[in-house]
Amino acid sequence: MQITVTVNGTDYTRDVEPRLLLVHFLRDELGLTGTHWGCDTSNCGVCVVWLDDTPVKSCTVFAVMAAGHAVRTVEGLEQDGQLDPIQQGFTTCHGLQCGFCTPGMMMTTRWLLDHNPDPSELEIREAISGQLCRCTGYENIVRSVKWAAAHPVEATAAAGASTASEEVPA
Amino acid sequence: MQVPAHFEYEKATTLDHAIALLARLGPEARVLAGGHSLIPMMKLRMAQPDALVDINDLGGELGAISVEGDELRIGALVRHAELLASAVVGEHYPIFHDAERVIADPVVRNRGSIGGSLCQADPSEDLSAAFAAVAAAAVIAGPNGTRTVPIREFHVGPYETVVGPGELLTELRVPIRPGGGSAYEKVERRVGDWPVAAAGAALWLDGDTVSSAGIGLTAVGAPKFAASEAEQYLLGKPATEENLAEAGRIAAANCNPTADQRGPVDYKRHLAGELTTRALHRATARARGQEA
Repeated sequence: MQITVTVNGTDYTRDVEPRLLLVHFLRDELGLTGTHWGCDTSNCGVCVVWLDDTPVKSCTVFAVMAAGHAVRTVEGLEQDGQLDPIQQGFTTCHGLQCGFCTPGMMMTTRWLLDHNPDPSELEIREAISGQLCRCTGYENIVRSVKWAAAHPVEATAAAGASTASEEVPA
Repeated sequence: MQVPAHFEYEKATTLDHAIALLARLGPEARVLAGGHSLIPMMKLRMAQPDALVDINDLGGELGAISVEGDELRIGALVRHAELLASAVVGEHYPIFHDAERVIADPVVRNRGSIGGSLCQADPSEDLSAAFAAVAAAAVIAGPNGTRTVPIREFHVGPYETVVGPGELLTELRVPIRPGGGSAYEKVERRVGDWPVAAAGAALWLDGDTVSSAGIGLTAVGAPKFAASEAEQYLLGKPATEENLAEAGRIAAANCNPTADQRGPVDYKRHLAGELTTRALHRATARARGQEA
């Protein structure tokens, strides 16, 4: 059946089988391979994307369920060439080792910071409790989220705007 | 790669539309809400419905939490995360917040629905015990209108409910009565897992005497997810340490756990008793205003 899904602000129309899962729609139909495909059992959380502004595990959503709805993937975090603070946090604080869990971790924690701009360590750990890092790099993931909380999107965006035609900030 | 069998898919735009679709698609059609039980079952081919009726766009009709008169009403499409975040739910029935904190994980809770959890009728479902404890009623809509079923008559057996072909669970109703407290206690192997055992309690006091008691149990083979003998024992007795402990022992004696990868029978039976007593303690403290 034909569906139109808005992904990162762009409408995509495709013919799909109803049984196609959203994770495969994103990766195989749209080529958005930033969303990873992991356990296939809604345990590991590497496939987390936003569906209508809420993080969901896209291995447990049919693509047809997203028809007429908005999806945001890890590719949608960067805005106008500016990495999202959560991406900068993961870069700065070594929040990834193999990187397999990273897209899901970032989508969940971006949402966390949107709703709780200054989370405690416990709140961060609770937020990612449905996601697995098989490198066991949780300490640095938590540090990355704290870094992003300390460097919110407005400040980062403003810094980016003010330096756009100037020297790159140190 | 887990690929479900083929099925026909329809997206309902209103409740009436959903019921019409179920009538047209026949008895092998299933309602698709959050999908976090059904889709995994379909991926494993343990479920192979001919057709799915997607009700996720019916949030306006089925997604509200409200107090109407002396009832707390919870729409079937309310997500776990919404039940957990609801202040009015926490005010009247903290048992639901206790339970939701330990159901799956935050991302799954964003999607999974209350109605879906109950209709899946998993013998280890947490909410089945919580709703059994508070003596809820289930509202079921079908082609001939709606009917209301006490929650203890809702589950027929494992993975089986009284919701018939062409019908759809729309709402849970919980009577609100003053002087009560409620709580939920669970033991799980790891965060977000199904319970090894869990117990919910809702208790009302008249002075120090138990005037009404509801005890729900899950994952331990309790008939109707309830410990009715323990409830009967408590009625009219003072809510003392000894009586709450004895209620736990009665609950343990009357459930029927089976051994599996989560533990042997004796351990589960022990947990059923201990968790019943703990939940009763906490519910009592809340009824007395001693604990939030």
